[in-house]
Amino acid sequence: MQQNNCQPLAPREDAWREELRKSMTAKERTAILRAVMSQLPPDYRVTNNEEVNCGLSAEQAVLEATRCLDCPDPQCVTGCPVNIDIPGFIKNIQRGDFAMAAAVLRQTSALPAVCGRVCPQEKQCESRCIYGKMKKQPVAIGYLERFAADEEMRVAAPVKPVPPDPDAVRIAVAGSGPAGLSFAGEMARRGYAVTVYEALHEIGGVLIYGIPEFRLPNSIVEAEIRKLEALGVKFIKDCIVGKTISYEDLRQMGFSGLFVASGAGLPRFMGIPGENLIGVMSSNEYLTRVNLMGAGREGYDTPVTRGRKAIIVGGGNTAMDSVRTARRMGAEKAVIVYRRSEAEMPARIEEVAHAKEEGVEFMTLHNPVEYLGDDKGHVRAVRLQRMELGEPDESGRRSPVPVPGDIVEVETDLVIVSVGVSPNPLIPHAIEGLEVGRRGTIEVDSETMESSVPDLFAGGDIVRGGATVILAMGDGRRAAAAMDSKLKSGNR
Amino acid sequence: MYKILDKEHFSEHVVKLVVEAPMIARSRRPGHFVIVRVGEGGERIPLTIADSDLERGSITLVVQEVGVSTRKICALNVGDEFTDVVGPLGRATHVENVGTVVCCGGGVGVAPLLPIVKAMKQAGNRVVTILAARTADLIILRDQVAPFSDELIIMTDDGSLGRKGLVTAGLEEVVKREKVDQVVAIGPAVMMKFVSKLTEGYAIPTMVSLNTIMVDGTGMCGACRVTVGGKTKFVCIDGPEFDAHKVDFDEMIMRLRSYN
Repeated sequence: MQQNNCQPLAPREDAWREELRKSMTAKERTAILRAVMSQLPPDYRVTNNEEVNCGLSAEQAVLEATRCLDCPDPQCVTGCPVNIDIPGFIKNIQRGDFAMAAAVLRQTSALPAVCGRVCPQEKQCESRCIYGKMKKQPVAIGYLERFAADEEMRVAAPVKPVPPDPDAVRIAVAGSGPAGLSFAGEMARRGYAVTVYEALHEIGGVLIYGIPEFRLPNSIVEAEIRKLEALGVKFIKDCIVGKTISYEDLRQMGFSGLFVASGAGLPRFMGIPGENLIGVMSSNEYLTRVNLMGAGREGYDTPVTRGRKAIIVGGGNTAMDSVRTARRMGAEKAVIVYRRSEAEMPARIEEVAHAKEEGVEFMTLHNPVEYLGDDKGHVRAVRLQRMELGEPDESGRRSPVPVPGDIVEVETDLVIVSVGVSPNPLIPHAIEGLEVGRRGTIEVDSETMESSVPDLFAGGDIVRGGATVILAMGDGRRAAAAMDSKLKSGNR
Repeated sequence: MYKILDKEHFSEHVVKLVVEAPMIARSRRPGHFVIVRVGEGGERIPLTIADSDLERGSITLVVQEVGVSTRKICALNVGDEFTDVVGPLGRATHVENVGTVVCCGGGVGVAPLLPIVKAMKQAGNRVVTILAARTADLIILRDQVAPFSDELIIMTDDGSLGRKGLVTAGLEEVVKREKVDQVVAIGPAVMMKFVSKLTEGYAIPTMVSLNTIMVDGTGMCGACRVTVGGKTKFVCIDGPEFDAHKVDFDEMIMRLRSYN
């Protein structure tokens, strides 16, 4: 786990925090009910792409921050993969210093407005909140994080561009998703001249092509990118490290280090009959067509299958994003098919709840075994095997086993397979001497994120296989700290 | 960026574009393709690179108008720009001296075939090139492949140029006449399917370059998947070239109609 080596911006011993703690008893605080974030009504939101969650008002945020007991040994911090000083930012919200709250977040998180929206808080910080021990709802840490970050964005003056330093050491980044963006920001702040290379025609990686607008508006991601540009970070689109330019090219161009954050691009399929029928596609393909390519919108040429009866296979966030997108694209029936039970679903609880509100049906304990097509090769039905839960597997979840002979056939005209991704093989294949793990991930030192190739660091899903935005960002930060100290020590 | 330097009409619906893309020109090898986009609402379209010019920093693309996006591409004029060109993508052609290689190109498939013809010749092979099209007007790049071909055979469906008949007729004649060590076929899926069927009967190793539907072209979406030897492969990163005898052409032809 990563340690914060920076000085806390809001130490618990500060007089103002002491005062806040004394201002109210624990009993009074715990009597306050958890804030409820307002959201768009389900029947309206399935007609458009607007962000579902509307955020907290300042009054709501201050009241929610008041619930936090400011524990002497805050467990929420240990539940956060990057150990954000959670009570530090929350207490700043309580005292009304929203700018300082955002500054505390920024000490550890490059993209708080993103993480406040997409982190699985119920499995991380909020799961360790002291309120849990009292059988009460945890402090809404995610809501508060989003509030502080959005406030910062709302009131902040445009960042003044930093003039480029011609003598700055040049660093390259492959990939502009969460890991790449967080690394770029960290290095730019340390005075390096950073260039980020992106394979696609838009910056932001999975934040743009993957996560839909209704969960994470592009404007949030764009604002973060503008901030990085003001810090002097250069973005080059349509350029694939390992293809358009080689690692050797980068060295010859004067780059002293490379951070590879090329993500987990490769979609997995199940290898069952009929999977290549027309109308069966990966969630990556479906979401990329809709989110990145604008399929279905006026003025965009990219086509997409508009299913009336959509089946989405999988129980993760990407499956929820896909099924909710299918509803918005006009599917009258949109069904999640998941081989375990709802309790084992990896998706955020909120996404599952939102999907249900939007009329998504759930067929848990079902697993596709075959797709059936019509005479033109279009999928027309799926055969689903009923499952039951057996013994726990290596993930600790009870593994699903088929119920012999119990197979149902369900009509469908759009199947979105969302059963995971593998690391993108382009860079691992293209750089000689780069050690690659069994599943295609780049092998790195888990502390420094340095690979087997000197001065080549890597992080995010290309190292982890498939993880979360916050873990990818944490990798970017750690790699930046390690690369910086390596370059400064002249140990090259 | 990505400015059109030259444009030439090969026929009414087939256009050659020379595009400024210095980094791609430098790193591309025979068999590689690029993804291009015209306009902010444009589709990402894969096109195999036909040639490159290091001095001009350009690549050559040959495009046939078949739909909305290719119509936009063919409407670009000298001085216009592509919004995006990314590459080189895919794996480069495996080229070695095997003896005699027959290179078959159908329609605009001759464009991606050109760099392979060149490379096969430069590797020391005896190269027989067969160009095929419906009619004389659609035979392209004849003068460009000729210098690298020990023998050039032209086949047209209507007999308006060269011999009358399909590419397979020309190929079968060569195969019956002399020992052929490898066949390369690029063209419409149906043409590649029948070339593959023919050479399978003669047990001649055959390579095809597949032009499936793609979105990102970097392994991300899986739209380009084909079944090769019973396994699902992604054309963009595992291909675009495959052992023809293992490709499930019927499935590929079906998938090409996904959005028709």
